Amino acid sequence: MAGAQTNRLDNGGLIDRTAPLKFRFDGKSLSGFQGDTLASALVANGVKLVGRSFKYHRPRGILTAGSEEPNALVELRTGARREPNTKATTAELYEGLEAASQNRWPSLSFDVMSVNQLFAPIFVAGFYYKTFMWPAKFWEAVYEPAIRRAAGLGRAAGVADPDHYDKVWAHCDVLIAGSGPAGLAAALAAGRSGARVILCEEDFAFGGRLLSDGGMIDGLPAAEWLSRTLAELAAMPDVRIMARTTLFGVYDGGTYGALERVNDHVPSPPEHQVRQRLWRIVAKRCVVAAGALERPIVFAGNDTPGVMMASAMRTYVGRYAALPAKRIALFTNNEDGWRTVETALGAGLQIAAVIDARPDISPSHRSLASRNGFTVLHGSVSGVDGGKDGVRKIAVSLTGGARAEVEADGLAVSGGWNPAVGLTSYHRGRPKWRDDIAAFVPDGAPPGMVAAGAANGNFGLGACLAQGFAAGAAAAHNTGHNGKAGTAPVADDETFSLTPLWHVAGKGKAFVDYQHDVTASDIELAQREGFESVEHLKRYTTLGMATDQGKTSNVAGLAIMAAVTGKSIPDTGTTIYRPPYVPVAIGAFAGHHRDETFHATRLTPSHHWAAEQGAVFVDTGLWKRAQWYPRAGEKDWLQSVTREVKAVRSGVGFCDVSTLGKIDVHGPDAGAFLDRVYINTFTNLAVGKARYGLMLREDGIVYDDGTTSRLAEGHYFLTTTTAKAGLVMQHLEFCRQVLFPDLDVQLTSVSDQWAQFSIAGPKTRELLKEIVDPAEDLSNEGFPFMGAREVALRGGIKARLFRISFSGEMAFEISVPARYGEAMARNLMRAGEPLGVTPYGTEALGVMRIEKGHVAGPELNGTTTAADLGLGKMMSTKKDFIGRVMAGREALVAPDRQVVVGVKPTDRARRLRSGAHIIPKGQTPGPGNDQGYVTSVCFSPTSDQWIGLALVERGRERIGEIVHAHDPIRGEDYEVELCNPVFYDPDGGRQRG
Amino acid sequence: MRIVCPFCGERELGEFTYLGDAKPVRPTADAGEDAVHDYVYLRDNVAGVMSENWYHGGGCRAWLKVTRNTLTHEIAAVEPAAGAGAAKVGA
Amino acid sequence: MKYSIFSLARAALSSHKNWQRTWRDATPKDRYDVVIIGGGGHGLATAWFLASEYGIKNVAVLEKGWIGSGNAGRNTTIIRSNYGLPGNTGFYELSMKLWERMEQDLNYNAMVSQRGVINLYHSDAQRDAYARRGNTMRINGIDAELLDLAAVKKMMPFLNYDNARFPVQGGLLQRRGGTARHDAVVWGYAHAASGLGVDIIQNCEVTGFVRDANGKVSGVETSRGRIGAGKVGMAVAGSSSRVANMAGLRLPIESHVLQAFVSEAIKPLIPNVMTFGAGHFYVSQSDKGGLVFGGDIDGYNSYAQRGNLPVMEDVCEGGMALMPMIGRVRLLRQWGGIMDMSMDGSPIIDKTPVEGLYLNAGWCYGGFKATPGSGFVFAHLLARDTPHEEAARFRLDRFRTGAMIDEKGQGAQPNLH
Repeated sequence: MAGAQTNRLDNGGLIDRTAPLKFRFDGKSLSGFQGDTLASALVANGVKLVGRSFKYHRPRGILTAGSEEPNALVELRTGARREPNTKATTAELYEGLEAASQNRWPSLSFDVMSVNQLFAPIFVAGFYYKTFMWPAKFWEAVYEPAIRRAAGLGRAAGVADPDHYDKVWAHCDVLIAGSGPAGLAAALAAGRSGARVILCEEDFAFGGRLLSDGGMIDGLPAAEWLSRTLAELAAMPDVRIMARTTLFGVYDGGTYGALERVNDHVPSPPEHQVRQRLWRIVAKRCVVAAGALERPIVFAGNDTPGVMMASAMRTYVGRYAALPAKRIALFTNNEDGWRTVETALGAGLQIAAVIDARPDISPSHRSLASRNGFTVLHGSVSGVDGGKDGVRKIAVSLTGGARAEVEADGLAVSGGWNPAVGLTSYHRGRPKWRDDIAAFVPDGAPPGMVAAGAANGNFGLGACLAQGFAAGAAAAHNTGHNGKAGTAPVADDETFSLTPLWHVAGKGKAFVDYQHDVTASDIELAQREGFESVEHLKRYTTLGMATDQGKTSNVAGLAIMAAVTGKSIPDTGTTIYRPPYVPVAIGAFAGHHRDETFHATRLTPSHHWAAEQGAVFVDTGLWKRAQWYPRAGEKDWLQSVTREVKAVRSGVGFCDVSTLGKIDVHGPDAGAFLDRVYINTFTNLAVGKARYGLMLREDGIVYDDGTTSRLAEGHYFLTTTTAKAGLVMQHLEFCRQVLFPDLDVQLTSVSDQWAQFSIAGPKTRELLKEIVDPAEDLSNEGFPFMGAREVALRGGIKARLFRISFSGEMAFEISVPARYGEAMARNLMRAGEPLGVTPYGTEALGVMRIEKGHVAGPELNGTTTAADLGLGKMMSTKKDFIGRVMAGREALVAPDRQVVVGVKPTDRARRLRSGAHIIPKGQTPGPGNDQGYVTSVCFSPTSDQWIGLALVERGRERIGEIVHAHDPIRGEDYEVELCNPVFYDPDGGRQRG
Repeated sequence: MRIVCPFCGERELGEFTYLGDAKPVRPTADAGEDAVHDYVYLRDNVAGVMSENWYHGGGCRAWLKVTRNTLTHEIAAVEPAAGAGAAKVGA
Repeated sequence: MKYSIFSLARAALSSHKNWQRTWRDATPKDRYDVVIIGGGGHGLATAWFLASEYGIKNVAVLEKGWIGSGNAGRNTTIIRSNYGLPGNTGFYELSMKLWERMEQDLNYNAMVSQRGVINLYHSDAQRDAYARRGNTMRINGIDAELLDLAAVKKMMPFLNYDNARFPVQGGLLQRRGGTARHDAVVWGYAHAASGLGVDIIQNCEVTGFVRDANGKVSGVETSRGRIGAGKVGMAVAGSSSRVANMAGLRLPIESHVLQAFVSEAIKPLIPNVMTFGAGHFYVSQSDKGGLVFGGDIDGYNSYAQRGNLPVMEDVCEGGMALMPMIGRVRLLRQWGGIMDMSMDGSPIIDKTPVEGLYLNAGWCYGGFKATPGSGFVFAHLLARDTPHEEAARFRLDRFRTGAMIDEKGQGAQPNLH
């Protein structure tokens, strides 16, 4: 099986050769081992061409071995689980993995779109801003669709994601990003000190560069030290180390975001398991030990498959025992690049040459070269001859001007290292430049965060261990943990030597941002056109905006800009770093909040009973409310609703109104408090009585309404609309705690404590008699209209009974403890059977309120005044209340305001619709005569026609006028009469009877 | 952001609702339209340390006066509103 | 240099060595007829209209950083004119008409893409509210269609119709709405304005106002020295309060952070601009392939230009509820801009109580779509000293008189608009 892996070493590496895995790339069957990434398995199979670039569709291979990969992006998995733009370098291999290259047609090796390269002389940075403008209509019709199809990379699945995601919280003293030497040392120190520690590692294996580069720590080989350290950490109960987990962002108050890829390394998540988990970690301190990223050097042909970061080549050879090439050259400007030569030699590779841009090369490297028979060239790579099948020849400009050629099938490149400054910069801290390493290092990190090791610009192994250990110990100490940390692990530091080199002049395209095809000449063009600011540069050329967020390109890009403007790199500055550190699936941020569980569902106390009755439910905020109760033989909702209304108006019906907000107001100043929040007065409300109340916002606009009852001298019971239940509570608490702290009053939300039913119709008393204790006097004298008091029910339960009516009928509302709500519904049905009791839903409720001209949500729309609603007379002139002063502003008392009025079509058979506008009769509709609109409509069984309420300019002065209901969006226009909004029983005799 | 509620302890941002600047004082009943207009509509809109009204609706329902820096989101102090809790002012 | 495919082809022959700066790099003169503070879309558009419509060419635009560095370069690029209240309706339609001719006006491709904006509804009440709004639009000569469920399904088969908590019932569609390439709008106005003689001065922060003996503003103090001005216009949304404060003004504005998000680039998936009616989520797909989306403001005063996790989660929850096909699409970048949240959710374009100082502010999170319209009417105000008829209601004193323009009906609570 492994025989197919032409480029796999027989020994070494951290792969499990006893666990072979089959996978497919572009339909071709290949094999790898447990412990491989997709990229390492492709390397082992000799695959060089992996993807196509964004704009020019250039053939691309594998550049890196980590999450900074710009080139080797694939569509991973198939069907509903297809994941576009997945980095082959971080995708773990599993049995049966399927991956496909992307952004090519018809195939990766023959991509028609690569003709774009022919147009490359025109397709420079920002070319699209200068053309595609004529003819104007062609943009949407021709140009844009073509651009949209050509752009983008992979294809999303296009169907619902079948997997689940989880969101969890965690708390710790010390959070550590990265499990390289610095991160592990930090964890050791913090853990031994007694701190609660969480360490997140994005790789599936712990160790960071130790896994690729080895070394000696505390006298032990790195692998041995690593397993000993991991064992020690695992034994600490307060230390949690998490693999496959990327710390991607830092938010306020020490809140961090991390993504755990729980089951991305298997074909699909096991049953009842999530694919990924979003961690929100609250940490007192954070040590960023996220390492550094090796950076490319920009030269012509640097995107040829087979050109690879030197450290990545070490990773493939050392960690995965997979050979990216047979005969390699190294192009370096620093000492570290040479380690690749050592690794390659150790694996038996040929070294074609080392091209070193530094003026001096150490004697030990010279002797290494002579011992192994390769040449060391002083100079730079100026071009690469090759193509989709890889590198063939490398052109070298030698120091002094001569040229040379090197034959090789792989080119390792090292331009130095950039500390991973993302996390430390997400609070808009700007990293600072360090000349000695020619790189930006963290500065201005968020409170509580420090960087350590390579992430802080300290690249030596010994320095990483020491600094990580010190940072971990300090973080523990600062969070009050002072246990014995012991001594820091010790290792030698490697020699550091680097001569900055960003760009080598040469013929052919030299890529800065590989994925977005941004070249050195694009940056020069941007500068020429005035896009010198790094943010302009980024936006004009799209440098750094690809899926790798410029991890391999940003610094080189601004170094080139610095060179052409003659400024220094730090003066040129960096763009703002933005989370997430690596792209995170949108599904992970949503967690379980999708489908039916997008938001909570609230059920009324009688919900299950209503469901048994076959009720149709409607969403009202989070509530499910019974909308109507269809009966067999009814052909549509209108028939059911009409029946319910008629039953109430002629007999008795009931409706669950528990969704209303309910607030108990207690205290000696309860009445005074209500006087300040309502426009009308409540101190003078008698005990045992209810009153309709209207409250304004401080800006004078109506906020909410409801009835408030006085149950005892210092006890009021206030109701709100369903929509504003929580908001009114918040508002009243604000009034109580902030505005009027001198008042002795307390508020208790009892919305969920009481089940409330409206019982309405001429036979209401007959029904109530069966429910309420016979000793209670329900007569008109004993319980008059707007009466409110506690009563005993048959069986002894205490209830609150209110003689209030929304329907205009003789009606009561009854409240029982919520746990009796369902029983109450059943009881009303049972007791009411002889009376023909009819449960009714929110539609019938709405019909009856419109028939009575009561305003509700559509009229209380946040722009209407009390006077607009016909309730202006309720505003007390004898006291101050919230909104009083602002309600008097000139535009709010203007005579031409739109006010509530009734409307009905002159053609009685006509259906009226909400949202139709009111236009004077005989006029052509236009902005100048748009006088209002229909707010609420219903078919009124009582009037036997459609009726409605409307907000109409000077409406109350125009009763009887015929106007147009203009509804162009539904293609309708018809005459309606403006009328009294109270369509039913205008004298109110029925509700008082 | 995390707010240390004086009644509940440190809690996550999602439990709180923001109202705004706590500095403006509601004018007295006789103050007139201009004063109320300024109170309702005009804001210092501080870039820096600001005293703000926050509501712990996901917890104890106390209104809190939070001293917070609008440039950094750092919270320097949290106090209960004058009338928060059961005790009455002056009682 | 005129931009066209021909000039591009010619430039290619000389390896693009001969392109000029897109706008001149001006150094400040002693005095201008009009100084605009703020080199965002609104400020630059104002300058261009002053020069092109009103013949006032001795104009400077002062930008404290790089042009477009504020909200012009940080938004979800949506353009639309689907407003429901007098004042907004006519103004945003004026702006839409200017979008429709922008490329030809400016000789710069801002990629105005009229791919349609659809506001989805999930309840009868929402449908009625959209019917009302759609009728307002139609009465004002603006295109609007009310789609039922079947029509929405046909247009967007990929939404969750099967098991949604709040099922989609239909939508209000404005076909002429869409998107534009935000940065290109800034560069296009800069390019065209500069061509007419406007000085665009970057890295020039205003530090104070110069007042004459009568208190009239006669110039500005800047990090690059004093600059005299006949009139000074402010177009610094996000920082309006801070700049106005230098002239002793308090504004009916709070600064709030609005986050926006972009996904990795993917092949075309979402054809139009959509807003979810049962949560806080709106989305479109850029020509480059990223899903560009956003939701509500974070909800607290902020100048920090970055947001927090709860809103980020809330937005993604909305996205997943609406179209669970985006679950495996990865979020690439999140950013935060500072919004001028006004007290009624509508903008302010008016003279200020300080003579010589003019205000363009309070755009909440609708400023981008207003860019050309805002520039046009602000230029009118600066040139003529009277409000343009389509901006006559955007007065600073409307809170004093009670003539608010409150589309959401939330009152003087900026974080709810």
